[in-house]
Formats: sequence, structure tokens, C-alpha cells
Amino acid sequence: MEEKKILDDLKKKFPEKILESSAPFGDLTIVIPKAALLEIVDFLRKTPYEFKMLLDLTCVDHAGRTPRFEMVYHLLALTDRQRLRIKLSVAEDDLRVESLTPIWKNANWLEREVYDMFGIRFQGHPDLRRLFMYDGFEGHPLRKDYPLRKRQPMIPLRK
Amino acid sequence: MSTRIQKDARPDSLLLNMGPSHPAMHGAVRIMLELDGERILNSEVEVGYLHRGFEKQCENRTFFNLLIYTDRLNYVSPLINNVGYVMTIEKMLGLDVPERAQYIRVLMSELSRISDHLTCLAAMAMECGAFTVFLYKMKAREFIWDVIEATTGARMTTSYIRIGGVRADLQSDYQASVQKAILETRKVLKDVHGLLDKNKIFLNRTRDIGSMTRDDAIAWGWTGPALRSTGIAYDIRKAFPYLVYDRLEFDIPTGERGDNYDRYMVRMKEMDQSLRIVEQCLAHLPKSSAALRAGGIEPADAIKISRTKKTRTDIRLSPNLEGAEKAVYKDILADDDRSVLPAKEDAYTTIEGLISHFQYFMKGHGIRPPKGETYFSVEGGNGEVGYYIVSKGSDKPYRLHLRAPCLPLLAALEELIKGRYVADVIPTFGSMNIILGELDR
Amino acid sequence: MDAGFLTTKFNDMLGWARKFSLFHYPYVTACCGMEYMSTACAHFDIDRFGAGWTRFSPRQSDLLLVVGTISQKQAPVLKTVYDQMTEPKWVLAIGACAVSGGIYDNYAVVQGIDQIIPVDVYIPGCPPRPETILDGLLKLQEKIQKQEHDWRWKKRKS
Repeated sequence: MEEKKILDDLKKKFPEKILESSAPFGDLTIVIPKAALLEIVDFLRKTPYEFKMLLDLTCVDHAGRTPRFEMVYHLLALTDRQRLRIKLSVAEDDLRVESLTPIWKNANWLEREVYDMFGIRFQGHPDLRRLFMYDGFEGHPLRKDYPLRKRQPMIPLRK
Repeated sequence: MSTRIQKDARPDSLLLNMGPSHPAMHGAVRIMLELDGERILNSEVEVGYLHRGFEKQCENRTFFNLLIYTDRLNYVSPLINNVGYVMTIEKMLGLDVPERAQYIRVLMSELSRISDHLTCLAAMAMECGAFTVFLYKMKAREFIWDVIEATTGARMTTSYIRIGGVRADLQSDYQASVQKAILETRKVLKDVHGLLDKNKIFLNRTRDIGSMTRDDAIAWGWTGPALRSTGIAYDIRKAFPYLVYDRLEFDIPTGERGDNYDRYMVRMKEMDQSLRIVEQCLAHLPKSSAALRAGGIEPADAIKISRTKKTRTDIRLSPNLEGAEKAVYKDILADDDRSVLPAKEDAYTTIEGLISHFQYFMKGHGIRPPKGETYFSVEGGNGEVGYYIVSKGSDKPYRLHLRAPCLPLLAALEELIKGRYVADVIPTFGSMNIILGELDR
Repeated sequence: MDAGFLTTKFNDMLGWARKFSLFHYPYVTACCGMEYMSTACAHFDIDRFGAGWTRFSPRQSDLLLVVGTISQKQAPVLKTVYDQMTEPKWVLAIGACAVSGGIYDNYAVVQGIDQIIPVDVYIPGCPPRPETILDGLLKLQEKIQKQEHDWRWKKRKS
């Protein structure tokens, strides 16, 4: 079948780099080590796979597990109408990941969002600053150890 | 607050702040422009003024409870966000939604999509100076909202689409009100085509302004009407069909140059296609299995009777529970005890119904999808609205992430307005339909 | 200040004039903005109550409509806009998020704009129907009518 073919091809080309490949609930997923990201993404962008669009990139904080963070990328092939999920783990003591901004332009803001919410630094990002929160905000809100209601007001509040 | 543009600006240029509260009624985005006279040399967009902590808030709410937050994401087409979230959960649970509920979902989604496009183009036209267009489109939108209100109970933030189906069946006189909404919308669209399509002023402000090439649009991750205006016919309703879209006939309008005018035309034509889908839904809606919903005994009498003998099933529910009677339950909700609320007749009169109603809402019980993660997307008013949910088997999501369709659109704005005039920012920004509830989450 | 017959009548007349000629500044952020747009348009006309003119400058308006959620990042901006408005000024908090933070009780949202600026009328709802917004406007008009207006040459000691 078309979908399984991509997973098989990837496993054949990068036998030691694809740590896991599965299709939970029908979504193709591969787990790769952090260092192999750019290589595999380059391979996937070329024909015949043509995963030309980066739909989304986000992060999950698995508190209590090492490695703690997990980056999740969703790619889309427009012509074949195929989606693929790439996951890679990021350890808490080495929060650096290669940036995808040279390849896809929307990675710029998406990585800024992940930096803002989780604190992961992207190597090669042209302008890594907070996107949603303001200067002077301390901490990274979406981490599991940031309390939900801890407010840091910018101006002194009445009452 | 020091920003990048202030640091990089040339000493003799003017820095203009189109601040977070500005008349182009799109919410709170800050665009800082570095100007040489009227020409924009550089710009910077700052978002986050409506960051409401949606993703973190949802980690603290049960799957059922966080439905209300999904309404307020893309607040001009709330039912589409509802559909996206609910279908992600149904994918994880493996639920089968009854056919009538699927048609109702499609009907409501398309009405929401029409209302989204109406609002977007109304605001864009108003900012270019065409105030009449704004008033006409708001008038059409009111008729659509009347239809939505009669069935769901609320004009905007409805929380109508539930896990397993919809909350209540359509009102008994839905045919008349939907036909009226279609008629009024068609009239308004015809008027607006006449006012704006060949209007020299509108063309001057939108033609060849804010153009995006196909490859750039893909590199930016654009989806939805903005991508279709560049010529790529990618629509999730045709590419990854969900609900009953594969049985309905509709076209995907595309543009050529990817400029503001093409985005306007693509949206206008999409509204025509959505009206086509709405008419087909009305024609093909499976018959409701309840022969008649009026009649029946009052609830107080039913409770009195049930104390001594087995209860009757034809109990008249209160007016705000109409459409959710047990007789129509199998049309509107899936047949799964743990994911769907029991019918009110059961919950009020039998002990099993009461227990399962109670357990649905109890902390730790209720909807608990299996461990794992999934991604599902629907075609929203702006593009691909995707939900990525990680579940660890408990009743709250471990991580819920929304793939916002307007984030790549706004991210590209800096490139689109470079070298243009200040006045070009307004139609470019307006044609992208930036909804901050979705972007900032 | 002596409160004679003429001064009370003058006060009433000022109240009447001010309540029926409100220029509002719609500080629109979120979903309630859609209901504000409906209120301002043909179906539920806000213009018939005299408050139709939308002035997009704080200096020229006397009614600040805070419509939608105010996040912590937005709070200084709201305070600046309020401070820039000239006296007399009134504030309407429209929607649950402006009144009390709404359904968002988390790190990013101000729990009610009365933590930043003084509010005259609170309009609950998520979002409030246009009729509710108009009802709130009518209550504000009643309040303006009964208020003591400062029409003297010298400023009142604040």
C-alpha cells in the first residue's frame, strides 16, 4: 500500500536512524534521533515523496520521563495527499534542536512559539524571541511545572 | 519594549505603530512599520495580545468540558472548530456517527463557513471604504445566525457538536428558515458582486497587491482560500474527505495571481459553493426516525408514575431540551454508552440512566480515549484546522495542540507588504482573515 | 457649590445631552467583537440610541467599550487608551472575559478589567446578545442622567 511504502523506504534508506515507525489510528509516524532531522527531511522533500509543506511543529512535555521533551513535526505531501509525523526526543539538559527555517519559512514563527512555551532553543534560527508572551515574562508556560494560574502582571493591578 | 525593528531602523526613517487597538476590526495585532514617506521599508508584526492560554487550560479540563474552549478559537465559524475537535476524539475512540448527524454537521459547518467569509470580506471592504458592503453582509449573516440559533440555542459560541454526534436534532421548521437564509445570502452576494467586482477603486486597491507565488505559498505553509487563490486546488474536503463530503457535489474555486483580489474572489465563489452544499444537504438529509415529537406527558407526571410502575417513554421534555428526545437519539448520537450522554428520559426515570449520566461527568470517569496520539484536520474558513491530541488514558488530554491556519498567513505579511504603501497594508491584512482567537490560542 | 433649582436643571440638561450623544471607542479584541458588529449594524441598530458614531481615537470619544478578553500583554495598552481619553468618560465592560476573566482563569488573562480601569456598567454574557448590550447601554444612559456633571470652569479637586 502507498502509505506503508514510505515507511519501508525510509527504513531501507536509513536503517539505524529510524528508531520506530508505526501508524497509530492511521497516522504515519516515525521516531528519529535529534541529529538526523535535517537529513531525513531533505530526503522526504525530494521526489517521489514530495513532502513539500510543513503543516505544524510542536512539542510535548513528558514530565517525569527522560528525555523530557518531544518535538513533533507534521509534514504534508500535496500531490500524493499524504501526511507524516516525525517525532524526536529532546533531553532536558540539552535543549537544542536544528532549526528548519532554511527549508520552510513558516518554521520561523512556529519555532518561536515552541521556544516561548517550552524553552527549546533552535540552532540557526535567525531571530529567536518570544512570540506570544511579553518581555519580562519569566518561565515557559506550557511546561508541566509551570502552575496554571501564576500570573505575572505587566502593570500594577488595582484591588 | 524594545523590538527588532527599533534596533534595525535607519536613523532618518519614520517608525509608525499600527497598534494593538486599531480600527481595522480584526482584534489585537501590532504592526510596526518603518516608513520613508508613505513607502514601507521594513515591518514587524507582533502577536500575542490575545493569548488566552487555551492549550494549557485544556490540559486541566475533561475532554467533554473543553468543548467550550474550542468554540472560541475561530470565533466567526465556531461550529467548524467544534467539528474538528470532536472528530479527533471520535477517531481515537473509533465511534460511528449516525448519518443524519453527519449531514447536520455538514450543514452547520457550511453555514459557519459562509458566515466566516461574509465577516471577513465585510471587514475588508469596510476598511477600503465600502461601508455599504459591510452592512449588507452583516444583514445576511443575521439570517444565517437565526438558523443556527433556532437549532443550537446560541448565535455564536454554540458547543453544539458533541462527541458521538450532535446535541439535538434540527428544529421542526428548519426548512423554511434555511431557505430564507439561502435566499437572502444569494441576494446579498449578487449585490456585492455588482458593487465591488469591477469597481475601479476596489481594483486599484486590491489587484496585484499582496501577491504570493505558488512555491512561496507552499513554503510558507498556507492552506485554505489563500492557497487556492495562488492556483493550487487543495481542499481537505476533497483531499481527505470526512463526514459526508464525498457524497456531495461542489467545486473548488481557485485564483491565479494570489493577490488580494483573487483572495476576495475565491471567498465569494466559495460562498456560492457552500450554498450549493447546504441545498444538497437539505435535499439528502435522512428522514428523522421520530414520527412526531409533540405530545407526551409532563415530566412531573412521569416521575410520579415511575415511582410505582414502569415509565412510559413519550415524556415531553422542557423546551430547551427539544430535539434531544429519546425517539430521535439514534439519529443524532452514536450508540456508545461511555462516550455519549444517556437520553434525558432515561436519566430522569431509570437508575441505570442516572448512574451513567453521573459517571459521564465525574472526575476520573467519562470519556477516556485510549493511550496514544492523533492528528485530525478539517477545512476551516481559513484553511486546515488541525487538532493534535496526546492522551495518556485519563479523562483529561495530556497535550492538545491546535494547528492554526492563520499563523502562516500572518507570518508572511512582513514579506508581502515590503516596498508597498501604508494604505496597501489594510486590504492585504483584511484579505487574509486573521482571527486572533485561533492564532494566539 | 449651592444646589439651587437652576443648577439642578442645568445638570439634568447636561445629562440629557451627554447620554444621547455618546461617541464610543470599540476596544475590540475577541469573540464579543462579532456581537458588537451585529449591534452596530442594521438589525440591532445602536445608532437609534444616539451612540452610533464610532470614533477611532480615544481623544474624541467618551465611551470606552471593552469588548473581549484582555490578556496580560494587552493590559498596559488598555490603560494607555483609557488615560488618553478626555473627561467625561465612561467604560462598559462587555462580555464575561472583560467582566471577570470569563472562562479563562490562567496565567495569561486579566481577571476582569476593573483590575486596570474603573468600570461603569458590566454586561455579562459569552457573548452577550445584542439586546443585552443595548440594555447595558440604556442602563449607562440612566446612570449618566442621574450623575452629577462637572461643568464648572475650575476643575474639581480629584
